[in-house]
Amino acid sequence: MKNLSPLILLLPAFLAMSACESGTQQDGPEAYPSRYEALPSATTILQNATVLTGTGDRLDDADVLMQDGKIVAVGSDLAAGEATVIDATGMWITPGVIDVHSHLGNYPSPGVDAHSDGNEATDPNTAEVWAEHSVWPQDPGFVTALAGGVTSLQILPGSANLFGGRGVTLKNIPNRSVLDMKFPGAPHGLKMACGENPKRFYGNQGRAPSTRMGNVAGYRTAWIAAADYRDKMAAAENGLGEAPLRDLKLETLAGVLNGEILVHNHCYRADEMAVMLEIAKEFDYKVTAFHHGVEAYKIADLLRESDTCAAIWADWYGFKMEAFDGIRENAAILDRANACTVMHSDDDLGIQRLNQESAKVIGAAARVGIDIPPERAIRWISSNAAKALGIADVTGSLEPGKMADVTLWDRNPFSVYAQAQKVFIDGALVYDRNDASVNPVTDFTLGTSAQHGGAQ
Amino acid sequence: MNIAHKLVVISVTLTCTAAIAQTTAFSGATVHTAGPQGTLENATVIIEGGRITAVGTEIEIPADATRIDASGKIITPGLFSPLGQIGLSEVGAVAGTNDATQRGNEFSASFDVAQAYNPRSILVAISRIDGVTRAAITPRAGGPDDAGNSSHVLSGLGSVVHLGDSPEHFVRHGAVVVANFGESGSVVAAGSRAAAVQILRNALNDAAEYAENRAAFEQAEWRDLSVSRNDLEVLQSVLDRSTAMLFNVNRASDLMVVINLAEEYNIRAIIAGGAEAWMVADHLSAANIPVILNGMNNLPGDFDHINARLDSADLLLDAGVKIAFGAGAQTQSARLLTQAAGISVANGLTWDQALAAITLAPAQIFGVDDTVGSIEPGKDADLVIWSADPLELTSYPDQVYVQGAAVSMQSRQTLLRDRYLQSAGDRPPAFRK
Repeated sequence: MKNLSPLILLLPAFLAMSACESGTQQDGPEAYPSRYEALPSATTILQNATVLTGTGDRLDDADVLMQDGKIVAVGSDLAAGEATVIDATGMWITPGVIDVHSHLGNYPSPGVDAHSDGNEATDPNTAEVWAEHSVWPQDPGFVTALAGGVTSLQILPGSANLFGGRGVTLKNIPNRSVLDMKFPGAPHGLKMACGENPKRFYGNQGRAPSTRMGNVAGYRTAWIAAADYRDKMAAAENGLGEAPLRDLKLETLAGVLNGEILVHNHCYRADEMAVMLEIAKEFDYKVTAFHHGVEAYKIADLLRESDTCAAIWADWYGFKMEAFDGIRENAAILDRANACTVMHSDDDLGIQRLNQESAKVIGAAARVGIDIPPERAIRWISSNAAKALGIADVTGSLEPGKMADVTLWDRNPFSVYAQAQKVFIDGALVYDRNDASVNPVTDFTLGTSAQHGGAQ
Repeated sequence: MNIAHKLVVISVTLTCTAAIAQTTAFSGATVHTAGPQGTLENATVIIEGGRITAVGTEIEIPADATRIDASGKIITPGLFSPLGQIGLSEVGAVAGTNDATQRGNEFSASFDVAQAYNPRSILVAISRIDGVTRAAITPRAGGPDDAGNSSHVLSGLGSVVHLGDSPEHFVRHGAVVVANFGESGSVVAAGSRAAAVQILRNALNDAAEYAENRAAFEQAEWRDLSVSRNDLEVLQSVLDRSTAMLFNVNRASDLMVVINLAEEYNIRAIIAGGAEAWMVADHLSAANIPVILNGMNNLPGDFDHINARLDSADLLLDAGVKIAFGAGAQTQSARLLTQAAGISVANGLTWDQALAAITLAPAQIFGVDDTVGSIEPGKDADLVIWSADPLELTSYPDQVYVQGAAVSMQSRQTLLRDRYLQSAGDRPPAFRK
């Protein structure tokens, strides 16, 4: 493969993003716009490394040249020019790691009740809430994730509700406000949840939903209202009738129906994911990604056909009934079927080692004779993740013109001994394992051992 | 002496009579013994009757031995999971399958999870095909349930099991009494970690008083003591050091409380968690108190973990503290012991130190290193034959032996895997068997 498959990969995401850039509000400028600005960066060349491009290629003894925050060139014997030269002989370079499912900031450390801001568990449909309005940017977890090579991440609401609210994609540079971290132009996500969590949480209160069929009725009822709202808004824009009063809940759902907001659907069981795909057909929207997808391997063909990503753990299982059938080969079976496979963390420790999570799958696959080379596995935590977030046209792979979001590893990143050595975001060095003076320290961390390298 | 100790003797005897008489020789492998012989290249391991009989590079293979060519493979001792609920918890969120927590606000030194152990749990097969051959099964603290009932400062008695097929599962029944200090102690003890300390002190004082006045106590001529007779009996074994007390504790100041308590009462303490243990490493070393570390946690998940760091293991070993990994790799995740060990190598440990922390060290901590934990003549033949470096997550065991017997390398998960690796046929997956 050379050029064809990355294009195919990027196209839907590009369309989604273009749509988003027109704004998710009906009128006026985008609300809560990103204030992120790339940090000043030097023109830098990383030389003589093994490069996993994120597009499925592996280049040996290759260089990566970054300038003005962008990747300029990837290849052998690049002219360094005036660039700062970093000898990366024996090291590996990958796209910055992207986590599509994180609760950093809305379930931050320390995990005290006062910080529990991920689930607006007061109604099964809270599509009106935005995770970004919960994100505490002083969460020390952003920094430890950075040390794990993570350059972008999506913060999602929790899974207590059928519709949990909007997610937000961030550049992983801690700052004073979430707005300063918002990934420019990234589409919003909508967190939906299947299965045990909503039905348990509300069923225990004697409210709907208390069953999986109650869950489905809840989704369908909401989509009917959203379609009506969308139609009335559209009609009013065309001078037909009066626009209804702006409704934040319906605005989010209509944003999905309009293709502006991407659906991120927490769902474990294969049978439930199959039902969710039917609901998407009924109301003409797309499930961009199933999250957790512990049984995704049972429906790899359905996921490929619907172009729905499965964002999964390597090996979480058994912690609840809908996770009973989790197997380590989940990602291997999905990837073999050419379904969009993404490794996610949903965890402040897991996000620090998504490379290791991928390595577990490589090992499990090898056990049954399936060889997954590193250049293929890296897609799960780079380009495929970027696709699921609708940002694949600007990051997630090492290609000229893309954001210079780059992680330099001391060895094959799928080795348990590998550590990110340097991390660049938009070309700026923001983490250096061997130079703590480079590294961010959140306010909460001041005065603790972590400030002095303990939380590396 | 307590009942638990007698049971150990019985189980060892039964294991001997049930042992396999056949001789097997593994040859050609790199053998990481985790014992005095260190690492041996192109070595031979001979097992007979479920035990290791010889290890070395110049070993003569008996004529009647079954020969297993392990050339190019790596052999390690079986891995030891030092904490968790294998066989006590089948599905985390399904209450009826969970038996590791005694609620009811009762002091519970004598709550014995061994009575709930299920050797047919799917977790046994899932764990052992990734190399885990021994596990401590430990009771858990639990905060208030719907009825407001919590567990207590002590969670109960933990035991050590093997994950093989021989019917005597208990390697050491009643190896530890689990205590909860720090924030976890506060939750179960009236809202203050100080209350947890006070309650335990009262119980230990009462246990000493009981030992000296048993006759009077039996005749109801002694004052009421703070805990039940069963608990007092179990605490005797803590006070005579035959049973260790395992403290779930993380904050440095709470660790100092444990260190002082252990000295005052002359009890054998084990630390589980120990996020800030590195800050009091010299004290732990002087008191000879081992620490079972998380191995992956470097975040202040609560205020007891403010100074958690990934290189804790290295700092503790440097100070002479014995460490094991497993506080973050329990139950369903017991197979992640190798990941914790691998991460520690990237954070300062030598490879041999890391292997010891998931084999020999936990066996020593639980007092069963006379039979397991390393590849040495006389020990049980718990062996793992690996495809490649066992700490790499891309590696996997080719075969696992428990007490000399090759265990089935099948689990519920491999059955699911094999079903869905097959191509779709004319019939639904339910017909693929």
